[in-house]
Amino acid sequence: MTTTASTTAEEKKVATITLTIDGKKVEAPKGVTVLEAALGADIYIPTLCYDPDLKPYGACRLCVVEIDGMRGIVSSCTTPAADKMVVHTETPKVNQARRIAIELIMANHIGDCLTCAKNQQCELQKVARYLGIEQEHFDRLRKGTRVLPIDKSHPAFDRDHNKCILCGRCVRACQEIAGVGAIDLAYRGYAAKVSTFGDKPIHDSICESCGECIARCPTGALVPKRTRQATRHVKTICPYCGVGCSIYLGMRGNEIVEVQGDRESPVNKGGLCVKGRFGFDFVNHPSRLTKPLIRKEGKGKDIQVNGNFKDIFREATWDEALDLVAKRLNQIKEKYGPDSIGVLSSAKCTNEENYLLQKFTRAVIGTNNIDHCARL
Amino acid sequence: MTNSIADVGKAELLFVIGSNTTECHPIIGRLIRQGVKFKGTKLIIADPRTTELAKMASIHLRHKPGTDVALINAMMHVIIEENLLNKKFIQERTEGFEQLAETVKKYTPEMAEKITGVPSTDIIKAARMFAGVDKAAVLYGMGITQHTTGTDNVKTLANLLMLTGNIGREGTGLSPLRGQNNVQGACDMGALPNVLTGYQAVTDQEKRKAAETAWGVSALPAKPGLTMGEMMSTKPGSGVKAMYIMGENPIITDPDMRHTRQSLTNLEFLVVQDIFPTETAVIADVILPAMAYAEKDGTFTNTERRVQRVRKAVEPPGEAKADWEIITLLAEKMGHPFGRKNPEQIMEEIASLTPIYGGIHYDRLNGYGLQWPCTDRNHPGTPFLHQGKFNRGLGKFHAVEYKPPAESVSSGFPLILTTGRILEHYHAGSMTRRSEVLDKLCPNGTIDIHPEDALKLGIVDGDIVAIASERGKIEAPVRITDETAPGLAFMAFHWSELPVNVVTSTASDPSAKIPEFKVSAVKAVLAVLDRASQDNAFFARLAENPVEALKEYDLTPEEKAAIASGDIRKIESWVGKLDERLKKWLIARLQQEKW
Ligand code: SF4
Ligand code: SF4
Ligand code: SF4
Ligand code: SF4
Ligand code: FES
Repeated sequence: MTTTASTTAEEKKVATITLTIDGKKVEAPKGVTVLEAALGADIYIPTLCYDPDLKPYGACRLCVVEIDGMRGIVSSCTTPAADKMVVHTETPKVNQARRIAIELIMANHIGDCLTCAKNQQCELQKVARYLGIEQEHFDRLRKGTRVLPIDKSHPAFDRDHNKCILCGRCVRACQEIAGVGAIDLAYRGYAAKVSTFGDKPIHDSICESCGECIARCPTGALVPKRTRQATRHVKTICPYCGVGCSIYLGMRGNEIVEVQGDRESPVNKGGLCVKGRFGFDFVNHPSRLTKPLIRKEGKGKDIQVNGNFKDIFREATWDEALDLVAKRLNQIKEKYGPDSIGVLSSAKCTNEENYLLQKFTRAVIGTNNIDHCARL
Repeated sequence: MTNSIADVGKAELLFVIGSNTTECHPIIGRLIRQGVKFKGTKLIIADPRTTELAKMASIHLRHKPGTDVALINAMMHVIIEENLLNKKFIQERTEGFEQLAETVKKYTPEMAEKITGVPSTDIIKAARMFAGVDKAAVLYGMGITQHTTGTDNVKTLANLLMLTGNIGREGTGLSPLRGQNNVQGACDMGALPNVLTGYQAVTDQEKRKAAETAWGVSALPAKPGLTMGEMMSTKPGSGVKAMYIMGENPIITDPDMRHTRQSLTNLEFLVVQDIFPTETAVIADVILPAMAYAEKDGTFTNTERRVQRVRKAVEPPGEAKADWEIITLLAEKMGHPFGRKNPEQIMEEIASLTPIYGGIHYDRLNGYGLQWPCTDRNHPGTPFLHQGKFNRGLGKFHAVEYKPPAESVSSGFPLILTTGRILEHYHAGSMTRRSEVLDKLCPNGTIDIHPEDALKLGIVDGDIVAIASERGKIEAPVRITDETAPGLAFMAFHWSELPVNVVTSTASDPSAKIPEFKVSAVKAVLAVLDRASQDNAFFARLAENPVEALKEYDLTPEEKAAIASGDIRKIESWVGKLDERLKKWLIARLQQEKW
């Protein structure tokens, strides 16, 4: 399983262990790593390749700690926590190792933070700052020799290898969460990069556009096109298929600018498919209906409409439109009886709306002629 | 679903039938993949098409569309014959086993092979594998229900699960994967002609009485109403005179588009309430602008019966109103005020009238919802049904015989067309086609045709073909792929410019009334040829059989040789100038026929 996100009640009951981290007594459930034990106790350890949804990887060497009784330094994200363990997260050795690790990463990192879509939300920036490397250092550290073209083939996101720190989170997300395996770490040493099979543009690969990789990339290497950072989030449910994934709509003013999977949800555990993640903009589409419309006199129903909607309908007030509907339904009911009226409800509307419409059909019109698209 | 989505990860074996899960229910598809890849979950796929999941399955049973009952009966035949059944479960919890055993007796794997096209050895292997694990779950999609035998198909799958004791436990069960976000909820809420909320029959006087009291009306109708298909019947003396359509686009989604359009056009009055000017809205008398999901509060119920909160995030455009508000106002106008309740208060009313929703209150839904049955405020919800006993007491085996689909291939219509969905789009496409990313990812629909058929038809990838049935004809670009099977064409219904429902069959299941979208007999012809043959008898014959057609021209051996070698000028001298694509087609065809 890929997710440790939602621990079930059962799992919570498991035995706890006690360890000492930076002199503080810390309780943690058995089976977690040293890193998770620390994070669980609000002790920050810088990380870049760690991801709570993915298997430990141990690539970036930023999470190193010293543990009494163990030789040298170890990466806390791959070391299981044990009872009575004594852990130090800030020692000269640790600091030196982290410093070397981050400088190595920065040396191969080409990008201008000011124009980067990830600016202010970038984990690399955050970690670098934490380790005392300021903006000016960035440029000095960068060798900036290998500039690779940006893969812009995908309609939803761009891949900028120059900003990639080879943390492997995207590769693991694609493998472990999406179960697709569209990308992998290819080539060795200096030439190493995340690549599709045959190094094709991502759009021509087997990528299913789920965006799990983007959601986990710590840097600006994988960013949605036209990113705008959200200012607030509203928790709701995906409007597409029957799985019913729990989502957060990222809002900016009155516009949805992103969708995030809800990691606490037992349904999707943070995961989303391409529709849920990228199919949010229809809500703001200019062709939305905004006013009640009444068919103009003498406009036959056989006319083919090619965008000239306005020729056939005229705008009306709600009052006028609803009066007309009420009058005509009453007339038809009177003339042919209630069973001459049929109502179609909607599998896209809410329960409350479906309930009201069947109540309307049965109690107001007086027929059981109500159905919906369940069968399609 | 009898069980929960999470159960997919707990089964030892998953039997997925008639569901292209990775495209239609991607997050569940993902759980299946993870199980197979990382946990050694066994996977049996029964699907006429080679779906993503079929490629990673332990066994892929590639049965002919509409032969599900024969396939499952044969699996049960093997399980009974080899004594792999769960005797304890059958004895304690079921009835009707003898009848079932009797019925499946004749469904030997060899007999089923003839009907389904699946090698008998694979049927035996699948049966043994299915019966050989402690926890097996069945997941099915529209590939099971969209048949004239849809109800039978579901019953047969239930039989298989009961026979092996795979009901009422974690990691087992029968899981229909519902297509649309709130199709479960719409059913639960009684948006069906025969039931009130919570599946309480309209014929049940007591249930009606309760609703009458709550709604303040005297006599609710007791006779079950018309289904969607029946409402739209154009037979004299049937159908309805007026319709009120909320958030549906039947012109695109219903079978036999010409018929749908005609019946909606014939109405004396049509109201459409929607967020976009859909193909159906265009023929309405009144269009009411509704709010999208992100603009309103409410609840959706997902495929695992989980009632979850939908929350308002955006202000609606213009004067659009929430569907619940529109209905409330209209009821008032028609002299029956509902008392202006907000969604939370409406849910209170639902809870009071619906035992399975009795414990659903908004203040309880702030976390991750509740799975019905949830009968009172303290009920924790129900992750899996039928634990310990079935609702009706003993589980009944419904012995079912195989019946062929309504349509079968003929010389005029030699292909079977199945319709379905693809990953990037949804339903009639009114939402996804208006999403920039989704539309760019997949802007054009195609008809999938197997290489063998393509060869016979002389068509290549990207050709435009005319697909015709007895009901109508459309043209669509071809994608040649062995994901589909020989004799089987596949097309999704998301593109209004490629409305596949022009050709689909309206034959439907007698009890569930679900149309048989998976089996329509069609023919496919290169579009230029089809167009040429419209007004030209020679081309019409050419389309049917080029060799015979050309024989009329009493050709000399030299002429024959010239044609065979690709010299089309001769033919053009008789029939006039040919379209470039048609020329190539003709040459290839003639060579193939060893002219
Ligand atoms: S990825 Fe981070 S460090 Fe690199 S340019 Fe962007 S913001 Fe700056
Ligand atoms: S979008 Fe999804 S499928 Fe595509 S590379 Fe990223 S994780 Fe893999
Ligand atoms: S693209 Fe992002 S997630 Fe993938 S390896 Fe590079 S930095 Fe890590
Ligand atoms: S995110 Fe995808 S799988 Fe989840 S509900 Fe939406 S459409 Fe379905
Ligand atoms: S977070 Fe531990 S090595 Fe990267």
